[in-house]
Amino acid sequence: MPAVKLRNITKKYGDFVAVDDVSFDVRKGELFGLIGPDGAGKTSIFRILTTLLLAEGGTATVEGHDVVKEFQQIRNKVGYMPGKFSLYQDLTVKENLNFFATIFGTTIDENYDLIKDIYDQIKPFNDRRAGKLSGGMKQKLALCCALIHKPEILFLDEPTTGVDVVSRSEFWQMLAKLKEQNITIVVSTPYMDEAKLCDRIALMQNGKIMSVDEPKNIISSFPKPLFAAKAKNIYKLLKDFRTDKEIESCDAFGEFIHVTLVSDEKEESKVVAIAQKYQTEDLEIKRIEPTIEDSFIRLMREQKSKEVSNGK
Amino acid sequence: MENKAIVCKDLTKQFGDFKAVDKISFEVSEGEIFGFLGANGAGKTTAMRILCGLSYPTSGEAKVAGFDVYKEQEKIKKNIGYMSQKFSLYDNLTILENIEFYGGVYGVSRPEIKERSAELVKTLGLEKEAKKLVGGLPLGWKQKLAFSVAVFHRPKIVFLDEPTGGVDPITRRQFWDMIYEASANGITVFVTTHYMDEAEYCNRISIMVDGRVEAIDSPTALKERFNVASMDEVFYELARNAKRTSD
Repeated sequence: MPAVKLRNITKKYGDFVAVDDVSFDVRKGELFGLIGPDGAGKTSIFRILTTLLLAEGGTATVEGHDVVKEFQQIRNKVGYMPGKFSLYQDLTVKENLNFFATIFGTTIDENYDLIKDIYDQIKPFNDRRAGKLSGGMKQKLALCCALIHKPEILFLDEPTTGVDVVSRSEFWQMLAKLKEQNITIVVSTPYMDEAKLCDRIALMQNGKIMSVDEPKNIISSFPKPLFAAKAKNIYKLLKDFRTDKEIESCDAFGEFIHVTLVSDEKEESKVVAIAQKYQTEDLEIKRIEPTIEDSFIRLMREQKSKEVSNGK
Repeated sequence: MENKAIVCKDLTKQFGDFKAVDKISFEVSEGEIFGFLGANGAGKTTAMRILCGLSYPTSGEAKVAGFDVYKEQEKIKKNIGYMSQKFSLYDNLTILENIEFYGGVYGVSRPEIKERSAELVKTLGLEKEAKKLVGGLPLGWKQKLAFSVAVFHRPKIVFLDEPTGGVDPITRRQFWDMIYEASANGITVFVTTHYMDEAEYCNRISIMVDGRVEAIDSPTALKERFNVASMDEVFYELARNAKRTSD
């Protein structure tokens, strides 16, 4: 039995289809990522699975329980950390934790092992009101509160959004530790570079799932050889590539431009030849392995190929 | 000094004993794309508020578009544009009404607003949506429109506070195209972001840690200095020892 199972889930807000016929499974003990920008439908899926929102169509189960008929069983088995800080601002750290433990009929001591690593970091602020904590500490407290009743599944909605690189990396280390304790974790993020830290991911856009797989499989199914190009004037090169008929797609990626060709040519020399037509200075071209972001962009274009051009 | 859009010298902002911004000094040239990065709680927002004429520094000096941050706040406001992920447009006004409103606030003349808003709506390909409420637009479109509105009065400098947060990867790139274009037209761009690949699109970046500017240079030079391959690692090296974590 999968930990989470969605079949043809659809959610509408008026005319707006937030979740569009979505089906996927999350396996037990898996670290599963929902990857996509704002408006992709990630939060609606979380709220449906945590029984806080009713879908218009389709079915879903969490730990085998139906999200509509057996919502009470689900609520005892899941931990949920919403994207927006939702603890009691005027209770202290300790009071918040006690409150959530009591609601679930447990105590802080009973499941102390589970939260110890994270709780130790905020323990010095036990008597501080949650509203007065820094962003990073709020996040740690929220995670402790979501874990205090030893849930079987943890739902984390964009825990790292707006957080700097260092704190993001620390947060993912905490998740890796929790996974060792056999908790299933479903996490959403708009940062494509975090995708590779998940066992499997669903790439989402406009309420639809574009792909569900292991990150390495998504990368290896990229259908074209991919090249990275660099030049003295990178913006000029990007504009030149956009006008070139032999270039299929070209997108800025940091200091490089990622390029695919209309042909299936695998050698760098072909891209070099194209770039040289435009008197490109200090040209550097190399064949590279795609990233999840490359795959995401490609899938987005396939999804609405009518309206979006290939970065041109 | 004429060709410097922003000049800061020992700029400090203190709240009680807490030095939110601690003697920062840097210059931004006209037409430059300047990335203003930092760890959470490093003091970026406080520094930006001073530079936008919304808050007074405790000590130090700064000039924005040639105007003093102590004495000429109103002149600064007239000469800059601002957009952020959180606040950009009024959802319950139409696209055209939003443009008219901002144009009017910044003193663009009526005929000019009319002419340029028609042109802008056309450039963005939003002719059909022009009379619809902004609230119904997809986020990516909103952000592109918000940027266009922020530079509508042709400011000398535009401040962008995490403009691409939560935006899809294609729109994020289209957004940076608009930034490049603004910069090519002579507008100085001052931008914050948590996407390290976007830091690479800047001419120069500064990285703030615990209220101080710990590094300032071109992305290439910074990577060379730390002997690492990506901006991610540069940031990590500088920010991992940060003591402050508040937002």
